[in-house]
Amino acid sequence: MAVNRPAVVLRLIEPADSKSDLGVVRRLAELGFLPGESVTVLRRGPGGREPIAVQIGETVFALRSLEASCIEVDPHTVAEPA
Amino acid sequence: MNAMNTPLPTGLTSIALVGNPNCGKTALFNLLTGASQKVANYAGVTVERKQGSALLPDGRSLTIVDLPGTYSLNPTTADESVTHDVLMGLRTGEVPPDAIVAVVDATNLRMNLRLVLQLRELGKPMVLALNMMDVARAHGLQIDVQKLSAELGLPVVETVAVDNSFFGNWLARWTGHAVENGRESLLQAAQRALTQQKSKEAQLDHPMLLDPVLLQKQVNRILSVAVPKSPRIKRFNHHIDAVVMHPVWGLVLLAALLMMIFQAVFSWANVPMDAIKEVMAVVSDAIRAHMPEGLLRSLLVDGVVAGLGGVVVFLPQILILFFFILLLEDSGYLPRAAFLLDNVMGKVGLSGRAFIPLLSSFACAIPGIMAARTIPNWRDRLATIMVAPLMTCSARLPLYALLIGAFVPQRSVGIFNLQGLTLFGLYAAGILSAMAVAWVFKRTWMKSAYQPLMLELPPYRMPNLRNLLLGLWQRAAIFLQRVGTIIFAVMVLLWFLATFPGAPAGATGAAIQYSFAGMLGHALEYVFAPIGFNWQISLALVPGMAAREVAVGALATVYSLSATGEETAQALSPLIAQGWSLATAYSLLAWYVFAPQCISTLAVVRRETNSWRYPVLMATYLFALAYLASFITYRLVSALALN
Repeated sequence: MAVNRPAVVLRLIEPADSKSDLGVVRRLAELGFLPGESVTVLRRGPGGREPIAVQIGETVFALRSLEASCIEVDPHTVAEPA
Repeated sequence: MNAMNTPLPTGLTSIALVGNPNCGKTALFNLLTGASQKVANYAGVTVERKQGSALLPDGRSLTIVDLPGTYSLNPTTADESVTHDVLMGLRTGEVPPDAIVAVVDATNLRMNLRLVLQLRELGKPMVLALNMMDVARAHGLQIDVQKLSAELGLPVVETVAVDNSFFGNWLARWTGHAVENGRESLLQAAQRALTQQKSKEAQLDHPMLLDPVLLQKQVNRILSVAVPKSPRIKRFNHHIDAVVMHPVWGLVLLAALLMMIFQAVFSWANVPMDAIKEVMAVVSDAIRAHMPEGLLRSLLVDGVVAGLGGVVVFLPQILILFFFILLLEDSGYLPRAAFLLDNVMGKVGLSGRAFIPLLSSFACAIPGIMAARTIPNWRDRLATIMVAPLMTCSARLPLYALLIGAFVPQRSVGIFNLQGLTLFGLYAAGILSAMAVAWVFKRTWMKSAYQPLMLELPPYRMPNLRNLLLGLWQRAAIFLQRVGTIIFAVMVLLWFLATFPGAPAGATGAAIQYSFAGMLGHALEYVFAPIGFNWQISLALVPGMAAREVAVGALATVYSLSATGEETAQALSPLIAQGWSLATAYSLLAWYVFAPQCISTLAVVRRETNSWRYPVLMATYLFALAYLASFITYRLVSALALN
């Protein structure tokens, strides 16, 4: 996802790397990464890849790329800017 | 620090504060209980267990428990489990609370209300504290409290836990606009809830408890009624974050902040430290003047005053360090530091979650090691435990401060002073070696898969003076308690060993040379002479294993007893500045960067890993590193000093 472009969460998908099944998806849902919510990547950490700071609703979380890859967003419906 | 487990007094009415992390729950707790709080740890877990009391309007005393912040009632980490287990009455030795005060951040109801709906299903009497209402209003957020209360079926009280009382009240008097913090209304509501609401059957299989999607739907519906025209509020200051979390400037700022803290530890502490030394001198002189010369006088002057005083003198520096840690914690900066450093942690193979345990290890390795329980993966957890002692714990600060004060000149280097820079260097050496050791461990036998981070970055907040002072008071109490118990006991024991057996007739040196302690010190000197330690230092290392600070007290006692004839014991710092070579001082500093653990740390590692293998491995690798580092330092500084 591009930085600072709000999008809408479509659904959560299981991580591609099945070894690290640590309830990542359930945890993301409990933190509020739920279908229909507006999500924005605010910035990336030093090094340019991970972690990323992601705003969901009115909350910001730092995520590494694996958990971020579990969040599928709709690239077409752009949410109103946060 | 010390873990105490005082069970809740039974028969009292108790309420628990429950809420998301960063909703201002602890500030509300401070507001309700004032200075009446007791900090301890939950049995078997180092998650701070704060308990205090407040008077209900009807005069009854109410016990208030501050539960660790949680996002949901499906716990994933140890501290979330504590909240879950206490509420469910699953934790042995803890009486489940009679009622719940659900604390929410009024500016982030969309997130916070999910937990409230879950808590409601527990069927306990409950009140909702709508915290940070002042911020919500300032943002133009209009919350219809009556509708919210009706929708939730719960009494709702507006609170402003952090009103920056000192400024706030002063300002209020000026403007005639009193700041209502909601303390009294909350206590009234709690009393009503306790008397009127009956506990219902808990519905633990209710879908609300399990399905976040359903919860969010419900929350959105409630919000559409209670907060119909919510303007998009700005909780976050993206301008500040643009600098603080900047890939380059953010790291520069982090380094500068840390440097400044270590500067302050030295430059601010002089006045209070001199005052404490002054008091020590007055007390010793008074004892000398009013007591006949003898064993008891020696015990008091050389053992108690010199030993304990030598440790207490560092209280100001420890408090200054914690002042900054609390300030950073309160402001919301720390998670951003974790964000900046996560990449590095990932590179050496540590979990992003390892940051918090490693950070608490700066206070003491024991809570750090126990906090590693929040890391789900065993190998990751083990790697974190193994490197936690390399983070410079606050118990090492007295020794660092003593040596730096005695050997590093008070010279300025640019805008910094050399003493502060040296301290910064020692902390940095600890961190870098922790990274290196973790890297080696993870490459060799603790390989593991990738670990998630998922760390909340809360909005910035102005730190609150009351919370800061309460935090400092608690740290001071914990430190003085250690001084009064374990350190006192070790000092008395050491005095005993250093006094008996007395010197043989016709002996020329100080009596301590012939005592048990003297013999032990001289025996150990064979081991430590290659790294430049004299017999006094070698001896001080032994009680230093009980608690690091004791090494300083032990040196004070040993040198105090070594003073011969009429020459009275002076302050330790000038004594060692004259007596030790520069190489010895640096060698001892290097030793304490790695210093094999105090006994309690090893005992905790044994308990946490359920095996002797790991504490033995830890002690061995730390001892080897310490010896090696000291050896190199000693040889290097000796060689440089000769040229």
